[in-house]
Amino acid sequence: MKTLELSPHVYDKSVRRRRAVLGLLVVSCLILLTAYFGESAGGGLRSIQRGFNEIISPIQEGASRALKPARDLVGWFGDTLDAKGDVETLRAERDALRQEVVANEAAARENTELRAQLEMTQALGLGDYGPKGARVINYDPSVWYSRIGIDKGSSDGIREGMPVIASGGLVGNVLEVTRGSAQVTLITDHTSGVPARTNKGRPKPVQGVVESSGAGNPNDLVMNYTPPRSTVRVKDRIVTSGTNSRRFESLYPPNLPIGQVTRIEDPGADSQEIHLRPYVDLRALEFVQVLTAVNGGEGE
Amino acid sequence: MSENRQLQLRVALLGVVTVILQITLVSQLRIAGGIADLVPLVVLAVGLLCGALSGAVFGFAVGFFLDVALFHTLGISSLLLLTIGYVAGRVRDARDPEGAFVPLFGAAAATLAWVLGYAIIQFLLDVEAPVSGVILRQTLVTMLLNMLLALPVYALVRSWLVPALPADPRRRRRRATTTSLSPLQRAR
Repeated sequence: MKTLELSPHVYDKSVRRRRAVLGLLVVSCLILLTAYFGESAGGGLRSIQRGFNEIISPIQEGASRALKPARDLVGWFGDTLDAKGDVETLRAERDALRQEVVANEAAARENTELRAQLEMTQALGLGDYGPKGARVINYDPSVWYSRIGIDKGSSDGIREGMPVIASGGLVGNVLEVTRGSAQVTLITDHTSGVPARTNKGRPKPVQGVVESSGAGNPNDLVMNYTPPRSTVRVKDRIVTSGTNSRRFESLYPPNLPIGQVTRIEDPGADSQEIHLRPYVDLRALEFVQVLTAVNGGEGE
Repeated sequence: MSENRQLQLRVALLGVVTVILQITLVSQLRIAGGIADLVPLVVLAVGLLCGALSGAVFGFAVGFFLDVALFHTLGISSLLLLTIGYVAGRVRDARDPEGAFVPLFGAAAATLAWVLGYAIIQFLLDVEAPVSGVILRQTLVTMLLNMLLALPVYALVRSWLVPALPADPRRRRRRATTTSLSPLQRAR
């Protein structure tokens, strides 16, 4: 019981002592703070700091040198981690740049294609036909139909039957039109027929109709209905003939390049078949032009 | 050498080594944009092991040493660290200092009090310093790093001080509950 009676007294004494020391320390801090804050650069407390630092600076220097390997070791780990972080960052940058390069290449390709189309339009004097650029938005996946979708429709002045060209030459004609898009039948489609002629005449150009040589073959066309004994040679150029009859207006204006003769079956005979390869790669179309002012169309 | 004198010597040496180690090594190791700060951790550990009074005195001394060594405004670090040491000692009286959570969360609280307290005092003293969001991030990183270091630092400080402590808290507590010398048993 004696112990229990003494405990509160000892406790109180201890608490008082503790509080006194704490108060003293806090007051010391405040005095130091106030004094240091109020004194000039050459004041006593700063002199103490300088003097103290002169003593401990060699210790600091020695410790710094002694601990350099430890710093280097930790730094090495840090650098390694940073390097890993850099790798991730650089990979992300590389991927972004790769996408940019792809986009730039695509833009350059588009630029080339559009420039070529413009040059062809100017060279062939197609400006009067109201060429309207369109982007190919779909390809018909069926083997039986050679068709593409474009992003221009009736709201852009596109109508059914309008001829469609690309930078190399004739592509086809408009089959169906919606307000914002259109479906184009390619010249390789089995329903297509294009009045055509040879570019050179011996003595005069050979007339015929260019049709598909078979469903699903985008690289081969055939020119039928040529006059007997007409002279056509391999590598001759085939172009659209335009309208030859007042009764039957052609959908296509004259002199649009179609393709180049590759072979002739039964040459000179009534049933001769002139095969040609289209100038336009019809499987890789990105941009086309719709001639909107042929045969009294709307035009620009 | 008396046990008390030996403890004072060990504590003083601990303070000097801590400050030297902090300013020559740890402060130069930037991890994830922040640095660990051993000073509040060691003051916390001393407070937890030696009690409120020793913790406060140790905090004051270490703070003074730090301010002198780094040409800081004298008194700021002392005021903050003596508070940390004192509160840690008071926590020791109320909680089991051997529990892992006390040093861990104590480290987080001490670091936060240390960093925020320093900033507040600087602002109160009208020190113009550019403030950006980076500071918040650095504070968080420092707090996390200190939490990671809390248990190893506490263990090191404890192993350094225990031989000189008058009564190891663990031994004292174990004795209080398991031996016949326990005051609780004597009171029955």
